Amino acid sequence: MKKLMSTTLRAAAVVAALATGAALPSTVNAAGGEPVHIERQDWSFGGFFGHFDRPQLRRGFQVYQEVCAACHGLSRVYFRNLAEPGGPEFDEAAVKALAAGWPNKITDGPNDQGDMFERPALLSDPILGPYKNEKQARAAQNGAFPPDLSNIIKARTIENHEPWYIHVFNMARDILTGYQEAGADYVHAVLTGYAEAPAGFQLSEGMNYNKVFPGHQIAMPQPISAEGIQYQENAGAKSSLEQNSRDVTAFLAWASDPSLEARKRIGWQVMLYLLVTTVLLYIAKRRIWARVEH
Amino acid sequence: MAQHESTYVPKSAIAKWWDQRLPIMRLMHDSFVDYPTPRNLNFLWTFGGILTFVLVAQIVTGIVLAMHYQPSAEDAFNSVENIRRNVNYGYMIRNFHAVGASMFFIAVYIHIFRGLYYGSYKAPREILWILGVLIFLVMMATAFMGYALPWGQMSFWGVTVITNLFSSLDGIFPGLGTAIVEWLWGGYAVTGVTLNRFFSLHYLLPFVILGLVILHVWALHVAGQNNPTGLDVKTKSDTVPMSPYAISKDFLWMFVFLIMFAWFVFFLPDYLGHADNYIEANPLVTPPHIVPEWYFLPFYAILRAIPDKLGGVVAMFAAIAILVFVPWLDTSRVRSSKYRPIYKWFFWLFAFSCLALGYLGSKPAEGVYVFWARIFTFYYFAHFLIVMPIVGILETPKKLPRSITEAVLGEGGAATPKGAAAAPERR
Repeated sequence: MKKLMSTTLRAAAVVAALATGAALPSTVNAAGGEPVHIERQDWSFGGFFGHFDRPQLRRGFQVYQEVCAACHGLSRVYFRNLAEPGGPEFDEAAVKALAAGWPNKITDGPNDQGDMFERPALLSDPILGPYKNEKQARAAQNGAFPPDLSNIIKARTIENHEPWYIHVFNMARDILTGYQEAGADYVHAVLTGYAEAPAGFQLSEGMNYNKVFPGHQIAMPQPISAEGIQYQENAGAKSSLEQNSRDVTAFLAWASDPSLEARKRIGWQVMLYLLVTTVLLYIAKRRIWARVEH
Repeated sequence: MAQHESTYVPKSAIAKWWDQRLPIMRLMHDSFVDYPTPRNLNFLWTFGGILTFVLVAQIVTGIVLAMHYQPSAEDAFNSVENIRRNVNYGYMIRNFHAVGASMFFIAVYIHIFRGLYYGSYKAPREILWILGVLIFLVMMATAFMGYALPWGQMSFWGVTVITNLFSSLDGIFPGLGTAIVEWLWGGYAVTGVTLNRFFSLHYLLPFVILGLVILHVWALHVAGQNNPTGLDVKTKSDTVPMSPYAISKDFLWMFVFLIMFAWFVFFLPDYLGHADNYIEANPLVTPPHIVPEWYFLPFYAILRAIPDKLGGVVAMFAAIAILVFVPWLDTSRVRSSKYRPIYKWFFWLFAFSCLALGYLGSKPAEGVYVFWARIFTFYYFAHFLIVMPIVGILETPKKLPRSITEAVLGEGGAATPKGAAAAPERR
């Protein structure tokens, strides 16, 4: 009798496990719209040996300066950072000149008369955008607010829409390959995602159609024109919308994570130390346990 | 186990002098060097040591971070950015601390499931187990408040959603919930005042955990460790001294754990977090999906599975509180699931349910997700309230080895162990 009950119980457990495993949801329609697929890009700073491509960061800064800086600040990045190791590594004198000539002045003070005053930026000053505050930005931008770009790559990601049984494997793959570039992939996709609105799409006034932006309506007009901005002869790449987008995304990735190169370099040293020590500990453990039967 | 003879011999005159006045070295020696540990412990028994390490690491990195952090609504986000960008190695300390919280939960979940599988909660280890549940609870509170501190969008909205849960107590006694929520917030909304008190408590609670850990280890050393067979230690040949035997395993597996830890700290620092937390808190903009940290997701799924707000809150807290009663809900005569042919299946079904609830907690509470969250929530509670008592009575356990020694060395346990732990007496 007891045996029979055990068998029944065991069978019940198996059936329950199979039923729950087989029938989990396989389709997702969370935000109401159909999920947008965003292609993963090949970034020099991705993966375990990732490092920034110096000429690319410099081109990217040029795109930021000539295009983005018209509306967006970069206020958590300081001019000095542009000359520091691990970034675009511009010549310090050139950065000093750049700071001095930056159109958005630093408000300083109060001076001895008790008044606030404006002065040109120094190496130790942040890279400011054109607006003093959000209200001013919205007033100038038809109600829209161009966000500060210092963290934009880290603050954006790609939503997962795959069914759970694929999600598990994608998670494992991303952990094992060290995938952290969803933000860069997303920003690149937005910059290159402008298109004519499809027939029948209700575009609100002052908005622009974008293939990957959530809801497909974005206040920012297409920032980079089809032919791109003018790169210098020795910039290392031919200018195009695609190239400009890629370069400025790389630059912003650095701006979001200026210690990325140092982090990954130290990471390998740490991993090496841990692996060697683990092997030694394994050998030690085997030797110690050889003294007793186990 | 704890009653074993002290073998500490002070080696120097100073050590002797000290030992006669405050025998702390003797205590450490008897607790962590010559302490008898079952000879068959597997790697799952190294997580206690790993957790102690992670706790100390969190306290150390946390103290350094607190030197640079500003707990105010205006400065919190900026100060974390300053740590990331300008403080020497600040990015590394911050990553250690943020990733460390996740590692703490990975280790604690393995530790809890190990206890559940091998019946480590059964007599005489009930107090030990309940202390563990308390540690888990305080850990969750600490992690929740810690996540608020960067004052990003997810910090702010996570605090708003979770503290708001207490308002459901209005359903029991009108005004009670509102009063509690306002008391938690220090006002009528989540503000810098809330952040400031969370910081204060986030600094305090780890030391409460440390105190509970000391009690936990004390209780462990009174009852002695459980082991994969679930059998009691009967003779000296069932054990080996902690040092160097158990210690050598502890260190090996701690370093294996550290490899994973470092992998995340240096190569995937943001993987376990949420991108929205790199946007400064804004009470006027609600993120499309408010999702707690991964280690809360199963409980979040339970909360949302119940159609009634108060019911959801009660279920969520009950999901943790029920662990306290596990020693009495399990009616089995044997501890280890290794010898429980039926319960073993239910154990893995329970583990699967927890993972599934975690997945469902990360998804919006709508449609088919709610349906499955309800199924798994039902099983979560049914496992404790129905399966544990009934299977324990009905099931016929497999034949147990007569002793740990026999389990290790086979029938007869013939060979006498060669090492220091060798004991002539045989059963």
